[in-house]
Amino acid sequence: MAAVMTGQGATRLSYNHNLTPEWARQEVSTGTTIMAVEFDGGVVMGADSRTTTGAYIANRVTDKLTQIHDQIFCCRSGSAADTQAIADAVTYQLGFHSIELDEAPLVQTAANLFKEMCYKYREELMAGIIVAGWDKRRGGQVYTVPMGGMMVRQPFSIGGSGSSYIYGFVDSSYKRGMSKEECLQFTANALSLAMERDGSSGGVVRLAAISESGVERRVILGNQLPKFASC
Amino acid sequence: MFETSNSSWLSEEVKTGTTIMAIEFDGGVVLGSDSRVSAGESIVNRVMNKLSPLHDKIYCALSGSAADAQAMADMVSYQLQLHSIEMGEAPRVSSAATLVRNISYKHKEELSAHLIVAGWDRRKGGQVFVTLDGMIARQPFAVGGSGSSYIYGYVDSAYRPGMTKEECLHFVTNTLTLAMGRDGSSGGVAYLVTITEKGSEEKVILGNELPAFHDE
Repeated sequence: MAAVMTGQGATRLSYNHNLTPEWARQEVSTGTTIMAVEFDGGVVMGADSRTTTGAYIANRVTDKLTQIHDQIFCCRSGSAADTQAIADAVTYQLGFHSIELDEAPLVQTAANLFKEMCYKYREELMAGIIVAGWDKRRGGQVYTVPMGGMMVRQPFSIGGSGSSYIYGFVDSSYKRGMSKEECLQFTANALSLAMERDGSSGGVVRLAAISESGVERRVILGNQLPKFASC
Repeated sequence: MFETSNSSWLSEEVKTGTTIMAIEFDGGVVLGSDSRVSAGESIVNRVMNKLSPLHDKIYCALSGSAADAQAMADMVSYQLQLHSIEMGEAPRVSSAATLVRNISYKHKEELSAHLIVAGWDRRKGGQVFVTLDGMIARQPFAVGGSGSSYIYGYVDSAYRPGMTKEECLHFVTNTLTLAMGRDGSSGGVAYLVTITEKGSEEKVILGNELPAFHDE
């Protein structure tokens, strides 16, 4: 008989030893903090880079900002498998739609496609997605499609497990009419604060700025993140 | 008569859902709380003062189960009074915090309340102690209750060591307002208490006087 130390520190005697470690039996989740902000002329999107299976960090440099079309991206949170599958499906559908239309698709269309899938399969899926991008008709737009499958446009949106900790910060810091640089700084600050408090968020901060001229991607490494005084 | 389907609040435990906080400054402390007490979805008290005096210059902020928190505060207030009479001087903040910790730890399994203890004493000035789950730790500032999750980012970014009394009052008011804006279990008015060598001063900020942020 083997003595097994469980996560809670209690000692347990088990006969039927499960040889798979605890973390390998957990679902892979993009624990996460994600964010997107509109500015006049485009959007800024940001995400942390941690993917966890239980307490094990399966990927510490994940890219949660997924391209759906030339100037439309999505931020993924929730189950890594579910969000990857949905993003792949929407990318295909949007690509097809764009070819039929013979012009760049609308951000609202992409958001609707996400919403259709997330709502229809709401019982099976665990996915919180923020869709953002730029199109000719309405400029920069951010749409949030949280778990359950509703869809709403917002001037800025935060999501993922780490977002709870930064509601106060974003509510107090957000101002309408920020420039692209101010939005980038706002996003980087918010994500750093969330990563500092949420165990499921961490790693590096990945940013993307989307405007008429295209997409500009940046990474802020751990040691370059903004620092805050706290106890 | 009470068997209607929307009377679940009669059987729900009464919780001070809450947002509470306390912060030290040079010369004293500021404590703050919201005023909502909920039983399920019902608000059973929208003006409850969750800042409870343990002694003249030591207060505690209550969160969690309303009954447990009040019971703990009453017990500690009695023990502290006795201790103070025996010692012949005003009690220390760390003594009050230790008494709270002793009760929390001993009855860890039965109680579900978290008290933040803060006050002023002659030896160490303003002090804030957290006693969550039966531990005790002194911190420059502390937040607690269900609403506190939403404001960690804000307090981490806005806190600076060495703030004055007015800056602390401003900081606490903003923080409580932001939390009340996002947490369904926190709301109502903001109660503030400032404790210094001179004594304690209570203040209420009504709902319409609270600061407004971008979406209002």
